[in-house]
Amino acid sequence: MNLDRRGFLKIVGIGASAAVAGFPKTSHAWQSKAPPDPYGCLVDLTRCVGCRKCELACNEVNHLPEPSVRFDDLRVFDRARRPDEKAYTVVNRYHTGKRDDRDQLVPTFVKVQCMHCQDPACVSACIVGALTKKENGAVHYDVNKCIGCRYCMVACPFEIPAYEYSDPWTPKVQKCTFCYERILKEGGKPGCAAACPTEAITFGKRSTLLQMAHRRIAENPSKYLDYVYGETEAGGTSWLYLSDVDFAAVGLPTVPNRPMPKLSETVQHTFYSYLWSPALLYAALAGIMWRQSRKEKEV
Amino acid sequence: MHHTTARPLNTPFWTPGVWVMLGCMLCGAAAIIARYIGGIGYVSNLSHARPWGIWIGIDVASGVALAAGGFTTAAIAHIFGKHEYEPVVRPALLTAVLGYTFVVLGLMVDIGRTWAIWKPMIFWNFNSVLFEVGMCVMTYLTVLYIEFIPIAAERFGKTIPLIGWLNEIVGNIMGVFIVAGVVLSCMHQSSLGALMLIAPTKLHPLWYTPILPLLFLTSAFSVGYPMVIFETTLVTSSLGLDSEMKILSRLSRLTVLLLGIYLVLKIGDMIVRGTYVHLFEGTLVSNAFLAEVGLGGVLPWILLWFPMVRTSRKGLFTVSVLIVGGVLLNRINVFLVGFSSPVTHTPYFPAIGEILITIGLIATLMFIYRIVVTFFPVISAARLGEVRP
Repeated sequence: MNLDRRGFLKIVGIGASAAVAGFPKTSHAWQSKAPPDPYGCLVDLTRCVGCRKCELACNEVNHLPEPSVRFDDLRVFDRARRPDEKAYTVVNRYHTGKRDDRDQLVPTFVKVQCMHCQDPACVSACIVGALTKKENGAVHYDVNKCIGCRYCMVACPFEIPAYEYSDPWTPKVQKCTFCYERILKEGGKPGCAAACPTEAITFGKRSTLLQMAHRRIAENPSKYLDYVYGETEAGGTSWLYLSDVDFAAVGLPTVPNRPMPKLSETVQHTFYSYLWSPALLYAALAGIMWRQSRKEKEV
Repeated sequence: MHHTTARPLNTPFWTPGVWVMLGCMLCGAAAIIARYIGGIGYVSNLSHARPWGIWIGIDVASGVALAAGGFTTAAIAHIFGKHEYEPVVRPALLTAVLGYTFVVLGLMVDIGRTWAIWKPMIFWNFNSVLFEVGMCVMTYLTVLYIEFIPIAAERFGKTIPLIGWLNEIVGNIMGVFIVAGVVLSCMHQSSLGALMLIAPTKLHPLWYTPILPLLFLTSAFSVGYPMVIFETTLVTSSLGLDSEMKILSRLSRLTVLLLGIYLVLKIGDMIVRGTYVHLFEGTLVSNAFLAEVGLGGVLPWILLWFPMVRTSRKGLFTVSVLIVGGVLLNRINVFLVGFSSPVTHTPYFPAIGEILITIGLIATLMFIYRIVVTFFPVISAARLGEVRP
């Protein structure tokens, strides 16, 4: 190596001081970046009748393409669907074995869309920060930053973001927007919540909705499971569900109660805040290299 | 730079192998054209629930792991001053340069907006593991090209003034880049493992562990030298050169230690987390883990203890194939086999288009390697029957 002693000392010095400067600040614990008072929606599965008015409203307010099966065609329930690049929300029908007074099987209808997590995995994962959690609760997608790596889709525990795989040059990630623009306005509601005829979807502040959910359970303990899905899932989500049947049986996945980005962000910031560990490694390796080259010169 | 005996090979270029490579390249090119006309969905089996396939699992993740020969040989020869390994540094560097170039090319095919690949340089997300991986890979690729300048200058420094001029600039501070290359490698090799930490419900417990980044790093350390052994044996035998056995068998002794560390961590982690309960479920997933750790880890590690294996060309080649295969399978397992979509249970198997593009990219890489060793001073090994000066 043609690096002289002074050059090496310089490198070692810079590396070591950078390392020392960075080190003391690395021990801070992970902190949630959740907005303090977001909006949310409470979905009461016992009220949903599967009319798909929410799907129709979503399609209209978001100017989505016409679906292959009409919104009033009930045959659509014959197979379970997922939200995709052409439909931000879908309603599925489940038969859990629940029966009514006359011993008839009763279906459960479940609306699925982006849960708008409080600490979203997709937001943490996004390489360019194209996904952000807004103060009003919406997980917002900015196509102008997106490069299409699809790490958000890998990260999402609810398997929500969909991709325009058939677009060769300018595909977008597509998912429920929480009608970000509409709910910014005073009195604005998401298209689906405004359209629901049975008040199965209630829009409001998340804190209010949580109180409302627990009140409904308390007032009618025989009707509901004593659980609000979304209260703690993935560290809490803006969308909340009440049900009388097991959540896992109706397509709502079991998800850890901790915020999904906590571990990866902790690892990342422990080692990379102020780049202290790369700087330290650089200094150590440069030191070894310098010692070796000095030894060779002596020989 | 230390004096090396590397020189352009000047062997006949158009061999049957080269024609096969060209055929694969053409098929890959056709599939790439189809991808940019019909979209990713037209040539792949990727879906909303399975957004990453072999382009990420093999072209990117495995490509990065198998290019680890570059920084591991640079570290031992140039940083730890073991100059006897000098003859394998250049071929390993070339593999890394080409490997990382093709990691980026594979990534460009995979991302939906190829033309937007520069955006992470402007829009930063420090919380994103992928951001760190992306920045490191980009910087490291630049460093690798800088490290290649002296080699280019040896051959073309006089005829192409720009190369000679660049060599004068970087030649004296090459140490800065060599150390940077090793640091950057440690960073992104480990972070590639950290990518999956955000998806605990999707990666099978046999692989999902908080020490996934450490396992990726130590497996990259342990696959570096076997990859050099693998390549050197392939190149020297296909080009009729001396097999450099002396250096290779010394590298294999280092591998006993490096692979040992990886296996202790890997198996220790399995015991601590109690995931051995999944070992004998008889599923594809559990068998893939057994093959990865047993055939690709423990078996070659045991074999390496025998001097007979370490000193025989065939034995060494077999062991290196097993280790390289084990790490390759590990990356495929983490990104594809062990990855599931627990909500929709969507299966994934690569489409013919994905396979053609992957094979085409690998063939192009080998083709360029062949061109470079023919015209640049990369290989030091003597011709068979030739006495080395």
